[in-house]
Amino acid sequence: MALLTLPDIRIAGLSAAVPRQREHNADYAWISKKERESLIKVIGVEERRVAPKGVTTADLCVPAAEQLLADLGWDKNEVGLLVFVSQSRDYLVPTTACILQNRLGLSHECAAFDIGLGCSGYVYGLSVVASMMQSGSIRKALLLVGDISTITAAYRDKSTHPLFGDVGTVTALEYKPGAAPMEFNLQTDGAGYKALMIQDGGARNIFSQKSLEVKKISQGIYRSRLNLELDGIEVFNFSLREVVPNINTLLKHTGKTLSDVDYVIFHQANRLINETLRKMLRLEKEKVPYSIREFGNTSGASVPLTMITQLAEPMKNGHLRFLLTAFGVGLSWGSVLVDTDHLVCPDLIEY
Amino acid sequence: MNIDEFIKHIEDEFDDLKPGVLKPDSHFREAFEWNSINALIMIAMVKTEYDVTMTAEDLIKSKTVQDIYNIVESRVK
Repeated sequence: MALLTLPDIRIAGLSAAVPRQREHNADYAWISKKERESLIKVIGVEERRVAPKGVTTADLCVPAAEQLLADLGWDKNEVGLLVFVSQSRDYLVPTTACILQNRLGLSHECAAFDIGLGCSGYVYGLSVVASMMQSGSIRKALLLVGDISTITAAYRDKSTHPLFGDVGTVTALEYKPGAAPMEFNLQTDGAGYKALMIQDGGARNIFSQKSLEVKKISQGIYRSRLNLELDGIEVFNFSLREVVPNINTLLKHTGKTLSDVDYVIFHQANRLINETLRKMLRLEKEKVPYSIREFGNTSGASVPLTMITQLAEPMKNGHLRFLLTAFGVGLSWGSVLVDTDHLVCPDLIEY
Repeated sequence: MNIDEFIKHIEDEFDDLKPGVLKPDSHFREAFEWNSINALIMIAMVKTEYDVTMTAEDLIKSKTVQDIYNIVESRVK
């Protein structure tokens, strides 16, 4: 089982940048007014940030990283690891993390690579960075997590277009002997890989003329093979089946209970899924903050974005214990118990 | 579980549905504006209240409230 205990690493700071441009789901003319109302109420997304054409996830992560490094007062030469977790990388080749190392002015002594995960990406990213820092030779690291999902969600697909928003986030981690361990439970079920997917453009189905053909899938859903497809009921049943047991296994393994944590941050999948999970775990509303209303489902970055936008003050001013749980595309899911203590947390950047 | 209680749970979830209108033999796609979001609400209610998982196929196969109820009842532990 992928139950990991990783001591001596602390989160030093968190930052995020969102595009300035907003889209309101009340204005989404592809569906009826009644459907829009039900969407906003049940799925929980009122507005979303949408990157202008040509702006990538990396472009959002750069100002967020620059601001965080400045506020932390870190010497860029000390950063020994940069990991970029995204499904909207700049190019198919090369790895975006290499380009980011150069754009951020980090040294040549810095390891850098991408991880191609979506919804579960923040928890997985933390586990990889904290694992690589265990020997103590990498003292400082940056974890960049984000997605520009709006470029692949077709306007005439009511199951994806009104759901997703764009953001880039940065988490700064440092080696600190004695820091409370991060404790992880990571899981995978690739049998469900079709539940969230883009069919064409990779090596399996190389881009062709056929990739661009827009087809009617069902009422209100038209898309091409380059667009994201989402099987809502599959994702819903997967989330309700797997998330709670994953959390319970982690709690049992670590001897902790939900009353030991100050906040539970779920991936912002949709409001109905998250509220159902919250009720299944008998968690009070105050303990489970949301960012989906203002930002939509922001893929792998939804966990840190929720922390930054909803909890900046308590994270800056004191000690908190979090349970972070992220789940989705892959299918891939995981949880981590992690402490924060007097984080450096710049204001949300609008790019 | 019984069908009256099941209908009550559905009425609680759908604001547009006036109490007493939905009957066991009601065709649920006609009783209220049926769409993919309403399908998720129904699946969430069944999971929360009865700890039963319903699939897209279950809903496609079902026509009446009684049809859904029968599926749920057959899976209640």
